[in-house]
Amino acid sequence: MKTTRTLATVAMLAAASGLVACSSDGGGSDASNCTNTITKQDLPVVTMWAWYPNMELVVDNFNKANDEVQVCWTNVGQGGDQYDKFQTAISAGTGAPDLVMVEMDRIPTFQIQNALVDISGYDLEAARANYGEGAWKDVSVGDAVYGVPVDGGPLAMIYRKDIFDKYGIAPPKTWAEYEQAAQKVKDAGGPLFGDLGANVPALMMALQIQKGAAPYTYDPAQPESIGVRLNDQASKDVLEYWGGLVRKGLVGTQDQFTPEYISGVINGNYATYISAAWAPGYLTGAGVGQGQDTGTFAVAPLPQWDPTNPVQVNWGGSAFSVTSQSKKPELAAKAAYGLYADEESLTDGWTNQIIFPLNLTALNNPEFVDLKVAFFDGQQANKEVYVPAANAYQGVVYSPFGQYYFDAMTKQISAISAGSVTGSQGADRLQEDVTKHATEQGFTVR
Amino acid sequence: MTSLTEKRAPRTHDQKHKIRGKVQRREHLTGWLFVGPFGVVFLAFLIAPLAYALYLSLFQKKLIGGTSFVLFDNYVKAFTDPSFLSGAWFVVRFALVAIPVQIAVALAMALILDAVTSLFTRFSRLMIFLPYAIPTVIGAVMWGFLYSRSFGPLSDVFGLFGATAPDFLSSSLIFYGLLNIVTWQWAGYYMIILYAALQGIDPTLYEAARMDGAGRWQVARRIKIPLIAPALILILVFSLIGTLQFFNEPQFLRYLAAGTIGSDFTPNMYAYQQAFGLANFNYGSAISFALGGLVFICVYAFLFFTRKRRSFL
Repeated sequence: MKTTRTLATVAMLAAASGLVACSSDGGGSDASNCTNTITKQDLPVVTMWAWYPNMELVVDNFNKANDEVQVCWTNVGQGGDQYDKFQTAISAGTGAPDLVMVEMDRIPTFQIQNALVDISGYDLEAARANYGEGAWKDVSVGDAVYGVPVDGGPLAMIYRKDIFDKYGIAPPKTWAEYEQAAQKVKDAGGPLFGDLGANVPALMMALQIQKGAAPYTYDPAQPESIGVRLNDQASKDVLEYWGGLVRKGLVGTQDQFTPEYISGVINGNYATYISAAWAPGYLTGAGVGQGQDTGTFAVAPLPQWDPTNPVQVNWGGSAFSVTSQSKKPELAAKAAYGLYADEESLTDGWTNQIIFPLNLTALNNPEFVDLKVAFFDGQQANKEVYVPAANAYQGVVYSPFGQYYFDAMTKQISAISAGSVTGSQGADRLQEDVTKHATEQGFTVR
Repeated sequence: MTSLTEKRAPRTHDQKHKIRGKVQRREHLTGWLFVGPFGVVFLAFLIAPLAYALYLSLFQKKLIGGTSFVLFDNYVKAFTDPSFLSGAWFVVRFALVAIPVQIAVALAMALILDAVTSLFTRFSRLMIFLPYAIPTVIGAVMWGFLYSRSFGPLSDVFGLFGATAPDFLSSSLIFYGLLNIVTWQWAGYYMIILYAALQGIDPTLYEAARMDGAGRWQVARRIKIPLIAPALILILVFSLIGTLQFFNEPQFLRYLAAGTIGSDFTPNMYAYQQAFGLANFNYGSAISFALGGLVFICVYAFLFFTRKRRSFL
């Protein structure tokens, strides 16, 4: 016993010295290396990790307007890279900043580890009116609120007008029409109609939810018990549908967010791109729609399974969360309410399509709603597609082991693309895999 | 840890076995002083983290239920975990193909550079070595682009013959895609080691062989290769350890082909994912140790079968 403890102490010391090194070079709770410049030196500072492309402007706007707290911001990586760092800081018990940007589907993953602070005690009511009910639902676990919504990701179908015109097709309204149109383009010797990317499992999850899948049921009052339904009929149907499109050669199997995929989008190798409202901004940043493909893109509502009973879903969307390692949670919460909530930042965000704002000031702003989006050749994309989709969005229950689930999903999509399993086999394997993980993690799977 | 440093001391000791008493004690102390700085770093940055990882690997932390001592449960899990086993099988298969290919290329180049003396040799030597000087990450990213079918050169080359370029990032060809990258990166390095060994051979042996009527090919086969066998074994061990711990190249190509290269593609990547992606440091440590065991077994088996040749270990 004594030896174990000595060993543990030695090991802890060794680990701690390593972590000190980590936090000082990675940002973390150290306020000395902000990317932004803090001019009001005498105010308290909260540290923050976020990766919005215009974050520096957002932070500067906040710091300029605020006389109570200043934000010290660092970009430690986008998405998974930041989560890995945050996760390591959680495990280490030190090194996390006061505020983190998280995608809403990750909130339960961090919440269950007690890494996030319930901000409902910190004057939340003042900020509540800024966002709609659906937005708050996505950042809440039960009645507790673990983040301040920033942007959403209503899904839609981005398509190439030039390709649609050339092959004489109208934007499909249902998934059945989507397949027919794909077949028509293929038969005429046209390009692929879409893409099934193995590295975008969150998109596949959203598409399954659209057909009625409810992957997780979870009651925060009983955290040890979770319902996992990854192979119900709706989940299987959607995987079968995409597996079928791949088998028939109608869609590609290229990983998305890669140079290969982007060059394919520019070259017109894909007639459609099923993606969220933030996609145009991402594509513009990656150089799409600026050369030979200028003005070739348009957007239409997401195809439906049942057009009489349309369902809108979301991919991504982020929030600012206060971490439980923060020593100034109240100030951090204040910063979270104020960041990206001022008109100048929001306007910069939506005019450059960096975010699809959830802040009602922007959502109800006629300039935003009526915006003629340059990427879509002047189409009023917000009014026609994204705002209705966002308004109809109901919110989702995400899992507390999101990373594992998405990795497992990636594996199955990859296998489906390679043709080694069918869609329903993939769903069954996914269910088995995730159930096993959940059980190992101590959950009772219902 | 102490036993290691102690072992080191008697070795210097032995060489001076005739000297006794005070001198011996002073030398003993001097020896320790010389070993000291290394010893401290060795303990702090190798032994302590290893011990900590071993300690971690004996526990299990659950999201619900917290941490508990489970002894070897994590190891039992690892050796029945299809992710770990398929990753381990992949690196073993990869080693079986990649190592002979790399060594064959390195040996051929070293022999040519040793036999041919012209102005061009120096330049070629540098060029062949160059890939090793390029950081692995840059190398992997660069090859990722070269493999691209939409803007890499492959499609142009294959297009000339009216064929479609193979996708080296697809699940069926990723083995060869990685094989190519690894060979490109490491063959030059091994070539330098072999070349240095070749330069160390006494040239009079060649003269003697020529007088006995041996041709160039025979000199290479019967004199050069046998004499550089220790260097060959050295690079074999290097490449065996490196290949079993395969990490950098697949990890970076994952950004281009996450579907093909899963997070459990190699045991090292799986350990990384468990520890830093899923916060499962305990299982990650267990996988690392299990991989360490695998590497040890492979290297030991290899050294056992080549024990007559070895003069360096």
